[in-house]
Amino acid sequence: MSQATSSRFWLIRPFGERATQVFLGVLLAALVIVTVLHVAVPQGSPLHVNAYTVNLFGKYLSYALLAVAVDLVWGYLGILSLGHGAFFAIGGYAMGMYLMRQIGDRGTYGHPVLPDFMVFLNWESLPWYWQGFDMAWFAFAMVLLAPGLLALVFGFLAFRSRVTGVYLSIITQALTFALMLAFFRNEMGFGGNNGLTDFREILGFNLRSSDTRLGLFLASGVALALGYLLCRAVVTSKLGRVCVATRDAEARTRFIGYRVERFQLFVFVVSAMLAGVAGALYVPQVGIINPSEFSPLFSIEIVLWVALGGRATLYGAVIGAILVNYAKTVFTGVMPDAWLFALGGLFVLVTVLLPKGVAGLLHTRRRASMSDKTPHKEATA
Amino acid sequence: MSLLQSLQARDRVFDFMAPAASRVDVRHGPILYMEDVTVSFDGFKAINKLNLTIDDGELRCIIGPNGAGKTTMMDIITGKTRPTEGSVWFGSRHNLLQMNEPEIASLGIGRKFQKPTVFEALSVFENLELAMAADKRIFPTLTARMTGEIKDRIEEVLETIGLTGLRFQLAGILSHGQKQWLEIGMLLMQRPRLLLVDEPVAGMTEQEMERTGELLTSLAGKQSVVVVEHDMGFVRSIARKVTVLHQGSVLAEGSMNEVSNDPNVVEVYLGADDEEIA
Repeated sequence: MSQATSSRFWLIRPFGERATQVFLGVLLAALVIVTVLHVAVPQGSPLHVNAYTVNLFGKYLSYALLAVAVDLVWGYLGILSLGHGAFFAIGGYAMGMYLMRQIGDRGTYGHPVLPDFMVFLNWESLPWYWQGFDMAWFAFAMVLLAPGLLALVFGFLAFRSRVTGVYLSIITQALTFALMLAFFRNEMGFGGNNGLTDFREILGFNLRSSDTRLGLFLASGVALALGYLLCRAVVTSKLGRVCVATRDAEARTRFIGYRVERFQLFVFVVSAMLAGVAGALYVPQVGIINPSEFSPLFSIEIVLWVALGGRATLYGAVIGAILVNYAKTVFTGVMPDAWLFALGGLFVLVTVLLPKGVAGLLHTRRRASMSDKTPHKEATA
Repeated sequence: MSLLQSLQARDRVFDFMAPAASRVDVRHGPILYMEDVTVSFDGFKAINKLNLTIDDGELRCIIGPNGAGKTTMMDIITGKTRPTEGSVWFGSRHNLLQMNEPEIASLGIGRKFQKPTVFEALSVFENLELAMAADKRIFPTLTARMTGEIKDRIEEVLETIGLTGLRFQLAGILSHGQKQWLEIGMLLMQRPRLLLVDEPVAGMTEQEMERTGELLTSLAGKQSVVVVEHDMGFVRSIARKVTVLHQGSVLAEGSMNEVSNDPNVVEVYLGADDEEIA
């Protein structure tokens, strides 16, 4: 019950929640088990988790963080963003630029400063927006700031003009599509359709070593836990309740004195930054970032993960992202052509049978057990 | 002289620290004062030289046939519509015609619209919490904590509107009448000085009407309440003083008995449809 917990400091409030405790427990257990099975179990054993699988799990975790970011704006604020892939990709590009600069003179052309694709395009010097990305702190700050700034400008214009609903969904699609076209151009200086790749090191660690991959997997897990906690703290605060109020009755919320467009902008920017972090964790694990991450289809897929997992729970988004991507890995291995049909079928099934997603199953059971206790609570309140 | 007096005042040293509503000056009696107010829409006078005075703590019912200007009058008080001429004062200090809607709302004038809108996905308690007068900027809202004081205030309002037992229920499952009371409660959370209530009992059952009547009469005294209503039985049951509007101006004013015996009223309104007064 929010009433019982909300006298605490807002950032620690989620720790008092059962759902958060279970979520963190499961996540921690998963991280520990995978690490142990990877490091301690000998390679020949059937229980051994190889570096490829660790890497794959790391990728799922970064997708899960992205899904949490989308659930924050869609589930709680009612803004169906079909362009969150753009923030994910921009965070990824910021990380990619850092990794490119780390290559130094070991590229194919051996230029001390310029990345290969710039040498290939006969560029004389580094464009201004590539400056500073040789420093990790700057690049990591940009992972947050670049998507945040884009969301701030875009959101300011959209929410100030009270663009919501389907119209907002459409312009977010247009945003990511426009960025995709822009990033495809070689003149943009982001490697055109090849994107950024051939990375070697991150913070001095060799990206191709299995230890670094394990480290990135764990970092993704920690980022997911922190991102989840932050979102949980936001949605259990009074601000979270203002968001839900805005989602359900925007005019009424404005009428009782909340500047709705500012709340929307704030949550949208936080969500975009989380998506940027997810992108930055994703890129070193897959070893490439190219404009296909801006593709509108990818953004729609993220929304599908959240819908399948269950909206407005946050942990549902995590379940959805992991389940769908695991299914994708399996399917594209067995029958690559059938994947999109399977995804479509899954979506239809869940919409018909589980309108509240996979999390809805857990939620109804929890609600049922909670309602037994409610009268007792009221009596003691 | 008045400056000297205000310097000597010790109960409120810093004016800007006091909540807006307490700055309303009602020493001269009326909390709302409308004089010679006229509104014309393209020559049609929706309000025509209206004079209306509401005393502090009064419960006033406003009746009148459709098109008498009841809703327009509410719109003028809340700042939604600007009159063509006339003056509207809140207490003897605030000229409402120079203020915009949010400023008027923060002065302590709350309006309840006909159709109840509550936040259905939030509990009754949370609905009241959101409506409470507080710092409504982003970061204060994010870091807001539930204090004993806030809780007491919410419990007090829950008691007033009779929803104490339903405080943890989602507002979405409330009945129509309960939603109306919750909405009145949400207005009360903002500690209003004047409540404008538009047709509170439309669509209610007998018992709900009765409880609404009790609620509104219990609110009077602590704050002034203006009720616009069509249901004559209901008006008769709660009203101490009734104002009859007709074609944008006051036709009669007084107790329900005086008003319903007034020949003008009988002619233009009540007499036209005898069943309505019964």
